[in-house]
Order: sequence, then C-alpha cells, then structure tokens
Amino acid sequence: MSQASSSEALITMSGVDKWYGDFHALKGVDLEVRRGEKIVLCGPSGSGKSTLIRCINHLETIQKGRIVVDGIALDDSARVVDAVRREVGMVFQSFNLFPHMTVLENCTLAPMRVRKVSPADAKATARKYLEKVRIGEQANKYPAQLSGGQQQRVAIARALCMEPKAMLFDEPTSALDPEMVKEVLDTMIGLAREGMTMVCVTHEMGFARQVADRVVFMADGEILEAAEPETFFKNPQNPRARTFLGEILAHH
Amino acid sequence: MGYTLDFQPVIAGLPDLLKGCAGTLLLAFSGMILSLAIGIGGVAVRGSSVRTARWAVIAFVELIRNTPFLVQIYFVFFALPLVGIRLPPTPTAIIALGLNGGAYAIEIIRGGVQSIHRGQIEAGLALGLPRRDIFRFVVLRPALRAVYPSLTGQFIMLTLTTSIASAIAAYELTSVAKLIENESFRSFEVYGTITLLYLLMSWGIMQAFGLVGRRYFDYPVK
Repeated sequence: MSQASSSEALITMSGVDKWYGDFHALKGVDLEVRRGEKIVLCGPSGSGKSTLIRCINHLETIQKGRIVVDGIALDDSARVVDAVRREVGMVFQSFNLFPHMTVLENCTLAPMRVRKVSPADAKATARKYLEKVRIGEQANKYPAQLSGGQQQRVAIARALCMEPKAMLFDEPTSALDPEMVKEVLDTMIGLAREGMTMVCVTHEMGFARQVADRVVFMADGEILEAAEPETFFKNPQNPRARTFLGEILAHH
Repeated sequence: MGYTLDFQPVIAGLPDLLKGCAGTLLLAFSGMILSLAIGIGGVAVRGSSVRTARWAVIAFVELIRNTPFLVQIYFVFFALPLVGIRLPPTPTAIIALGLNGGAYAIEIIRGGVQSIHRGQIEAGLALGLPRRDIFRFVVLRPALRAVYPSLTGQFIMLTLTTSIASAIAAYELTSVAKLIENESFRSFEVYGTITLLYLLMSWGIMQAFGLVGRRYFDYPVK
C-alpha cells in the first residue's frame, strides 16, 4: 500500500444500476469511500440506501456499473464475492445472530471456517471484541437471553472478529427499543474513533453529526447530495433533502 | 361356539418374540439413520445450483411417495441381485426402509429449512461463509428443531413399517409372530401380543426422541 493510504478509495461504486423487475432501485450511483472514512447514508424509505450497501458485499447483484472493494472488482464469481465478503463486515437491522450458538460461538464460526483460524485464537479474538463492545461477560449466553441492544453489540463484535477493512451498517438501531439505541451508537462511535471505514444507513442524525465525514442523501435510487454533516444539516442544497431534514428533525 | 384363549404358544415363544423385537429395533434404528442421512443430504442437493441433481432429488421423492412400500421392498430385494449385489433380507430391508423414510425426511426437513429466516442466511453470507457451511452450521440445526415433532412422527411410522419387511423374511417381530402362528394357529393371541409389543416400542422410541430433542435442541428462543 502507498503512503497515501488514508486518502485512497477503499470502496468505489461507479455508474451502478439495479432493477427489481421493472423497478429501478439504483440509478447511476457513483460513490467513493476512502480508507478510514465514515459515511452516513440517509433518505426517505424506499430510496435505495439499504440496496446500495447490500450491493457492496454482493447480497444484491447489480445490472450495470462497477464496484471495486479494496482493489477487487466485484463480479458474480463465488471466489471474488467471497474475497470481498471476507474484508467487509455487515450489521443488520434485525441482528441476525445464530440462535443455536452461544455469543462466543457466533463470533468464532466465521474466523474458524473462513480464515482457518485455530479455535483458541478465534476464541481469544472473540473475547477481545466482546470486551470492546462491553459484553464480554455474556459470552456463554444464547442470543435469546440478551436484550436487543446487547444482541446488536454482539453482532458488531461478530463482524469485527473477521478483522474487516470496512463495516456496513444497515439501520442498526431501527429495531431497538429507544433506551437501547444509545449503547449501540456509542459502540459505533468508538469504532469510528479507531479509524474503521464505515458506511451506515441510519436516521440517527446526532450520530451523523458526531462521526460522519460525509452525509450522503438518497431519494428514488439516486444520490442527490453528499456533503460534510455541518454543511448538509445547516444548508442542504437539494429541495428533497430540505424536506427530508425538515420531517426528520421535527421529531428531535 | 366359544373361542378359548390359549396363550401357551405365545409364552413358549416369548424369547423368540423378544428377539424379534430386537430385530425390529435394529431395522428401525438403522433405517432412521439412513433416512436422516438421505433426508439431510437430499435437502442439501435439492438446494444446490446443479439443476440435474435437484431434479434427481425431486424425482426420487415423487417416486417413493407415490408407490407402495411393499412394492419398493420387493423391488430392492429383486433388483439389487440383477446389478450383482446380493444381500440377505435384513440389510435389504434396511436399505428399503432408509430409502422410503429418506424421501419423506427430505420433504419434512425441506419445510424446516424454508422456515429459516432469510436474514440468517444473509448473515452467514456477509461473514464470507461458503453456502455449504451456511447449510451445515447456520441452517441445519434450527431447521431440524423446527420440524422435530414431524420427524419423530415419521420415524415412529418407519418403526411400524418394519413389519412389512416380513414379506421378504427379514428378521423382525412380525416374521417371528407368523412362524409361531403357523405352528400354533393361535392367531388372535399372537397378533394381540405383538400389537402390545409394537405399542411399547413406539412409546419407548417416542420417549427416546423426546430425550434426544431436549438435549440437542436445548437452546433458548424468543
């Protein structure tokens, strides 16, 4: 890697189009995420935010355009897709922890199977990240025995155990009871401070203000505006962004 | 003209009947293991990307589920020697029971797999797990848990179906009973007794399944 690694692109999407049947879900999306950059994706529901980040790790396939992750150009081959997924962690709205495995087992499965890490090393890494998300003492519990906020923090730890180069967050606090939102956001803020590259779909504008390098606004499958949070929140250029912010901030 | 009950032949034949029970249980458990292997393997293949393999599984399931077991067991018994495989009746019966139970197990387990939330699979994919690992480590256990009662029912059914193996003289309870009946003509006593024995075996297997289920699927869910 070059010495300018902090400013080079880790994820590049260019001219990305996606359709679900007749529905044009992503329209010519261009997005560049630099190493260490934190991006918050926002926009009205159905605007394509989740679809966009799900394309980055190939949970959704695209029909046109190009996505490059850490120098790997995504195509549909299993080898390439697996290579990208190894480097990109994802956190889902509904946690998606494996119910039949303990917290620790949830965290060690992929490193052992995918990275071929020894069980002892996988456990050590898992404990390290579980401590980091402040849930180390729950390692032997099952997901159903934890609160939503705890489950989501485990999901973050599970993704981190793969030592990914970037993390994707798909509305990580939307399924949580209000009192648990903060613990998850705090975990994400901690991660951001350590320099993790992050793309977050979220409506938590406080979080966006605090950690985002750029806020990207989407509507109807298009990126309509991308700006630093201060600029975006104080003086949004796009009329739809203004409307959106008016609606969302009215409740805060 | 009254019928006088005479259990003497049954009592004399009790050691043989109990050995017959052991034979039945051997057929049943071997058949179950084979069924489970075919069931899990069949579901894995049916979900694969190889079209011909998928169709082969579907064809197998349809063939088995739409033909009588008695015909299937005769078919295995008389068809295998044609391809040079000569097996005694008991292994033949196990193969037939395994194939039959396996076809039903495929359908049951497939239902369980379909009940697994898409998010579970996506979580596995996002972690970079290959599809076969997702099936094996993420999907299989919750899927089996979801259909465990149906699977138990199917395996009780398989246990009772072992009696049809008497048609090829495999060693099991019904064959033994037939022999005793042929010598004593005490049909009612003999078949009454083995009815009770089958009932006891079914009940025991049900308890065993409950025990295994509580151990293997003992994780909390919301």
